[in-house]
Amino acid sequence: MERIRMEHGSGGRATGELIAEIFEQAFSNEVLSQMEDSAVVEGSGRIAITTDSFVVTPLEFPGGDIGRLCICGTVNDLLMRGAVPKYVTCGFILEEGADVAQLKRIVSSMAATAREAGVTVVAGDTKVVEGNGGIFINTTGVGFVPEGVDIKASGSRPGDVILVSGNMGDHHAAILSSRMEITNSIQSDNAPLNDMVTKLLEQKVEVHVLRDVTRGGLATVLKELAVSSGLKFEIEETKLPVHPQVRDFCGLLGLDPLYMGNEGKMVAIVAKEDAGRALEMIRSAAYGENAAILGTVEAPAEESERGKLILKTRIGGRRILDEPQGEGLPRIC
Amino acid sequence: MTVEEISSYLREYNGRPLTFMEVCGSHTAAIAKFGIKEILSDKIRLISGPGCPVCVTPSAYIDRLIALAKEPDTCVVTFGDMLRVPGSTQSLSEAKGEGAKVAMVYSPMDMLPLAKEHPEITYVFAAVGFETTAPVYTLLLEEAIREEMKNIRLLTALKTMPKAIEWLLTEGAKLDGFLAPGHVCAVTGSSYFDELAARYQIPFAVSGFGDVELLTAIYGLVRMAEQGENTVKNFYPSVVERQGNTIAGEKMKTFFEPCDAVWRGMGMIPGSGLCLREEYKQFDAGSAGLIVDKKRNLGCCCGKILMGRMEPKDCPLFGKACTPGNPQGACMVSYEGSCYQHFTNG
Repeated sequence: MERIRMEHGSGGRATGELIAEIFEQAFSNEVLSQMEDSAVVEGSGRIAITTDSFVVTPLEFPGGDIGRLCICGTVNDLLMRGAVPKYVTCGFILEEGADVAQLKRIVSSMAATAREAGVTVVAGDTKVVEGNGGIFINTTGVGFVPEGVDIKASGSRPGDVILVSGNMGDHHAAILSSRMEITNSIQSDNAPLNDMVTKLLEQKVEVHVLRDVTRGGLATVLKELAVSSGLKFEIEETKLPVHPQVRDFCGLLGLDPLYMGNEGKMVAIVAKEDAGRALEMIRSAAYGENAAILGTVEAPAEESERGKLILKTRIGGRRILDEPQGEGLPRIC
Repeated sequence: MTVEEISSYLREYNGRPLTFMEVCGSHTAAIAKFGIKEILSDKIRLISGPGCPVCVTPSAYIDRLIALAKEPDTCVVTFGDMLRVPGSTQSLSEAKGEGAKVAMVYSPMDMLPLAKEHPEITYVFAAVGFETTAPVYTLLLEEAIREEMKNIRLLTALKTMPKAIEWLLTEGAKLDGFLAPGHVCAVTGSSYFDELAARYQIPFAVSGFGDVELLTAIYGLVRMAEQGENTVKNFYPSVVERQGNTIAGEKMKTFFEPCDAVWRGMGMIPGSGLCLREEYKQFDAGSAGLIVDKKRNLGCCCGKILMGRMEPKDCPLFGKACTPGNPQGACMVSYEGSCYQHFTNG
C-alpha cells in the first residue's frame, strides 16, 4: 500500500486495511476500538462543540503538518470559550493517489498532538474521491465548560486590557515561504493552548474574552471583538510582538503582520487589575514566552468610535484598522 | 535632528499652506500605514498621485487581457492586484469564474516553469508597472530568448513617471512639491527628476518607505518649499544613487522604447509609456492601440482623484456603491490605491 486507490474507499477489505494500519494504530483507545456506528462517551453540564475543515497546502510545512494543525485548531476553538477539550472526531477525505507514507506521518502527528492537548479521538470516517493525491481533514471537537466560566466574544468591558500570547504571523509566513520556495528558518506556530488557558482559569484571572488569532490575523480578530462589544479598542504598534525574520519577510513581500494568520496564538482580554498577573501566567505557560500587553478597551467617546480599532504607530501617528479586504497580495512595485 | 524633533516641527508647522503629492502608490500605502497624516499640521496636505500601476491602467487593457484569457490554449499570468480591476464589463477575476485561464504569480519569473511545463499553451504576462518593474520583464525575456521558448508573451501597459508629472503640472495641479518615488529612483537615479524641478520650479524629495524615512523626506520638502529650493534632494541614499542602476537602465533601453500611453482618468500622455522595440515584437500580445478607457460606473471619479483634484471621500460613490469588496474604479482595487487606503484606514 503506497498510494491511496479508489478501492480504499469501497468499504471492503482495502478500507479495513487502511483503517487498521493507519488510523487504529495511531488513535487506539477504548471508545474507538469498539468500532461502533457512534461513540458513546461520558459527559455532563455545559458542552462546547466546534467543527472545522482543514485544506492546507502544503500538507507538511516547517514546524507542523495538517494533522497537528487540525487538532490544534479544534482544541483551541474549544479553549477560547473556557471549555476543557475532551473529545475529537475526524473525517478524512483522501484523493486518489495520496501518498500512504505521508498519510501515516500526518496521522501519527495528529495522534501525538491529541495526546499533548489531552483529547481522545473517539470517532472517525474515511472517504476516497478522485483527484490528485490531496488530503483533507474535518474535525469536530467536544469540551466541557466549568461552572461559572463565561467567556465570549462580546465580553469586553471599558478599562479591560488586551493581551496577545506571542509573535504574530509565524504560521502564515511559514506556509507562504514553503509555497514560494523561499528558504528561511521561519516555523509555523501551530500549537494547542491548553496550558495558558488552564493557568488563567485555574488562577481565577478575570478573563472576559479569549480568541485564537487565526486566518485574517490580529487586526481582523480585534476588529471583530471591538464590533461585537460596541467599544473602542486601542493598541500600540511598538508593543506588537513579531519575530524579526517574519517582519523582514513581510517587508519584502508587502505584507502586514497585523493581518497574517497564526495557529497557536490567542488574544486575551482581561480585567485591568489582573493584566499583570495574566501576562506572567501566559509567559510561563507553554507557547507563551513572547506574550505582550498590547493596549486597552475603552468606552467610545462619540458614536463614530463605536467598534473602532485604533493602532498608535511607532512615530506617534494613528491608524484605523479594519477587516482585511480581499486576499493579502504582494505589492508589485 | 531626532525623529521627535522632526515630528514636532511637522506637527507645529504654521507657515504658508503646503500641498505635496506622493506620486508612488507604495508611498500612499505607507503613509496610511504609519498614520503620518495624523502627525502633520493642518497646513501640510498630502495628496496621492497616479503612481499605483493597476490604478492607471485603462479599461481597454483589462478587456484585452480577458479576451486573451478566453482564447483557447492561452493563459494570462498576472500579479494579484490586477485580478479585480474592473474592465468595461468585467474583471479578470470574474472572467476566471467563467472559465477564462488566469494564473496569479508573485514574480514574472514564475511564468518560466509554467511555460516550460506546458509548451502547448501560450502564456501572456500582464506587464504593468513603472520604471521599477520594467527591468524584471527584460530578465524574463532574456531567459525566454536563451531557452528558445516560443510560448511567452507580454501584454504591456508600462508607464514612466516624468511625463505624467509634467502633465499634472501643465494641467494646473496646485502643488508645492513632490515626494519622489524611491523605488523608481533606485533604477533611474535621483537625477531623473532634475529637469522637471528646474523647469517647473518645484522641489522633489526622494523618499524611502519606512516611517522615519517618510517623515524625514516630508520635513525636507517643507524646508525646501520654505526656502524656495527647487531641486531634487535624495532622502533615500541607502538605496538611491544619483545615476541609478545603470545595468537595469541599459536592459530597459535594449528591450523597450518610449510610446504614448493612456492613463486611466487622465487620458493620453505622449511619450509616457514603454513598449517593446520592433526587434522584440514577437513577444508582444497585441499591446498597441489599447487606448479606450471606459468607466464601469459613470459616477467614478478615479481620474480626478489620481490627479489630486478630489479627495476619495468626496467621490459620490465612495463607501457606498464603491467599496473594496465591490470596486467601481481602480483606485479602490489596489492596496496602493488612494480610495482603498482611505476606506480601510479611515
